Amino acid sequence: MRKGEKIIEAFLFGCSALTLLTTAGIILVLSFETIGFFKDVSLIEFLTDTEWTPLFSNKRFGILPLLTGTFLVTAISLVVAVPLGLVIAIYLSEYAPGWFREIVKPVLEILAAIPTVVYGFFALVYVTPWLQALFPDQVGGFNALSPGIVMGIMILPLISSLSEDALYSVPKSLKEASFAMGATKLQTVRQVLIPAAFSGISVSIVLALSRAIGETMIVAIAAGQQPRLTANPLVPIETATTYIVQVTMGDVPYDSLEYKTIFAVGMTLFVITLILNNVSFWLKKRYTQAYR
Amino acid sequence: MKIEANNVRVSYGSEQVLKGITMSIKKNTVTAFIGPSGCGKSTFLRCFNRMNDLIESCKVEGEIMIGDSDIYDPKVNINELRKSVGMVFQKPNPFPKSIFENVAYGLRINGVTNKKYIEEKVEWAIKQAALWEEVKDKLKKSAFALSGGQQQRLCIARALAVEPSILLMDEPASALDPISTTKIEELIYNLKASYTIIIVTHNMQQATRTSDKTAFFYMGDLIEYDDTRTLFTNPKKQKTQNYITGRFG
Amino acid sequence: MEEMVEKPVGKKKPKMTFESKGRTVYYQMQDRIFKYFALAATSLGLIILVLLLYSVFENGFGRLDWDFITSLPSKRASKAGIYTAWTGTLWIMFLTTIIAFPIGVSAGIYLEEYSSKSRISNLIEINIANLAGVPSIIYGLLGLEVFARFLNLGASVLTGSLTLALLILPIIIVSTREAIKTVPYTLREASFALGASKWQTIWNQVLPASVPGIITGVILAISRAIGETAPLIVIGALTYVPFAPTSPMDEFTVMPIQIFNWVSRPQKAFAENAAAAIIVLLSITFVMNAIAVYLRHRSQKKVKW
Repeated sequence: MRKGEKIIEAFLFGCSALTLLTTAGIILVLSFETIGFFKDVSLIEFLTDTEWTPLFSNKRFGILPLLTGTFLVTAISLVVAVPLGLVIAIYLSEYAPGWFREIVKPVLEILAAIPTVVYGFFALVYVTPWLQALFPDQVGGFNALSPGIVMGIMILPLISSLSEDALYSVPKSLKEASFAMGATKLQTVRQVLIPAAFSGISVSIVLALSRAIGETMIVAIAAGQQPRLTANPLVPIETATTYIVQVTMGDVPYDSLEYKTIFAVGMTLFVITLILNNVSFWLKKRYTQAYR
Repeated sequence: MKIEANNVRVSYGSEQVLKGITMSIKKNTVTAFIGPSGCGKSTFLRCFNRMNDLIESCKVEGEIMIGDSDIYDPKVNINELRKSVGMVFQKPNPFPKSIFENVAYGLRINGVTNKKYIEEKVEWAIKQAALWEEVKDKLKKSAFALSGGQQQRLCIARALAVEPSILLMDEPASALDPISTTKIEELIYNLKASYTIIIVTHNMQQATRTSDKTAFFYMGDLIEYDDTRTLFTNPKKQKTQNYITGRFG
Repeated sequence: MEEMVEKPVGKKKPKMTFESKGRTVYYQMQDRIFKYFALAATSLGLIILVLLLYSVFENGFGRLDWDFITSLPSKRASKAGIYTAWTGTLWIMFLTTIIAFPIGVSAGIYLEEYSSKSRISNLIEINIANLAGVPSIIYGLLGLEVFARFLNLGASVLTGSLTLALLILPIIIVSTREAIKTVPYTLREASFALGASKWQTIWNQVLPASVPGIITGVILAISRAIGETAPLIVIGALTYVPFAPTSPMDEFTVMPIQIFNWVSRPQKAFAENAAAAIIVLLSITFVMNAIAVYLRHRSQKKVKW
């Protein structure tokens, strides 16, 4: 190999290794500030205290309210997206005529391409007032239900397209065997296809979950900025991601404790999504191996 | 259950695959369909349980009588039909479930919930398929734990569990090793007493071993249909003679 | 068409008629009900999307005029415009592409053409898959510490572009790899057989053949980047910027942040502004996606290997 080629190859390798640097950077940055954070705040307090008030004079550093806020919105979004996404996936893969699929699939792609700030707008300007009309005097101007519903619509394409792929990869011979025994399509779907595609469907749910947890703008716009340990979807809350935005939009000096809090929260988010993503990889490996 | 086909024509889009087949099959016999690849024998087989309906471009004309009903009559409920006409495929295709659940599947989709009844029927079907001794201790294990030959017998048991009167088998042993093939052929011979069996095969020796009558297809036409012994030792048509002596594949 | 024969009396077994029996009909009905229910659910989703988009359009279209596009933001809703926001978006788009495109495509080429199944390559691949799933706000934190603080670039266009470039790098790498994968090996064989070196083959044969796929991927990545809000807020992009950037070191804002700013204000007039800005942002996004899909279609049709 000529010397010039070697240089080119080294350059190309360098570019791909840059991605390793990115990860290293993320881990370093988060760890550095988080460790600094834990010099002043105990880990126990961080994980168990029930109030999060780092920006007030009486500072409490319990991350639970932020986590419950995040999970509340995420749970609502899954309740919307999973059943709907699965039904759509089943319908598109087993029942719908070709022309219908040709219309729906691009629409789902459009849903996936809309910037999240636009979804946030939908939530605050349309969905919240609609909820307030539906349940008068019960729904706050900021709440978890509205962004939860809208986030569900946002992650719907993820679940439906990945589940559809999973259903599609079930060998046709299984479907044939079931039909040859006189089963209806629905029976075949319920008793053969879904159990067979279960791993793939789980992958889609885990990925959607991870996406919802890391989502920022919808909740920053519509969920509120009041960290609160609650399961009530009708009152304002604050998610982990909103908190980070809240702080960085303000005037927080570098190296202050308040500054470090966003990294501690960021680290928590990073770890959670890291675990979820790797669970989904493991699941995916399992289901692609099942059908050789 | 007597089977009769009258001028059955099948086409995929503009391509005519079967050109007017007329034949009748007697109850409790084994009939073999033979012929080179692409001659239409599998397509014809799949007419008997209307599996061709699953293919959009496929058009079936003519009449197929099972008992006294034309199965293409619109009054016929297609799922009922398929419960009476069982099918075994070329490659074993057990469901990703336990051995027990595979065989119980047909019963469950029929709404049977009586646990004891299901257990009895499953055991009966597996015994009919000559598989009981090999799996009786591991019914809860996954069907994929079985060898290819065992899986195919499982698929046969699965088809038998709903007590069809007709069994359609599309090259059931072509994906299997010689020992499993022998077992399956023995099975077919034994099942003849209770079922009417049609088997598509590429293997002429298999046809001679297992069937009472043989139908030879070529490019969509039924060339000859006769007692197996006669067809193979003293064929009436030249094409048949050429095929069975290996002049073409 | 034969008629169904009557069941004979006596001890004979009843003839098979294959007529609908209760149980079977029940299951077939369930099947049909599910089909219609699923159709309704799917259509409902479509209808909701159309409804929402229409509402935004109706809300904001009136506000959309030349003044809106050329005005600076202002405390008064009726005077505020998106000039600084879209110029900021253009700057970011341009700079991010310049940074991410060469690096991403190069990395994609390496992983697809050069890398063996070595441990490092495996690690890089797993790593990229993980990076694709990291929430975008985390990239913001990275950008804040490393680019804004450590490298002292402040809350500049450069910081924003570097941060977003890192964010979309995995997307570009993956789509480059996918595009290169579709080039059949026979093409490379032919080139090698003529004595060409590996790089010559790549540069002269493989890359030109993968260009449509790569461009599609880059357009989709950029379209994603211009919709990103959170990482840019974190690195310090301001929400109120009364000037357009003139150099990479300038402070800036972008369309999504401007939208965010206006949505956060209680006055209805600002909601109108936000809706109008959304129309502009969505138009840009949709046009870019449409171009990408069109390119993908064309390349799939044209190439008959």
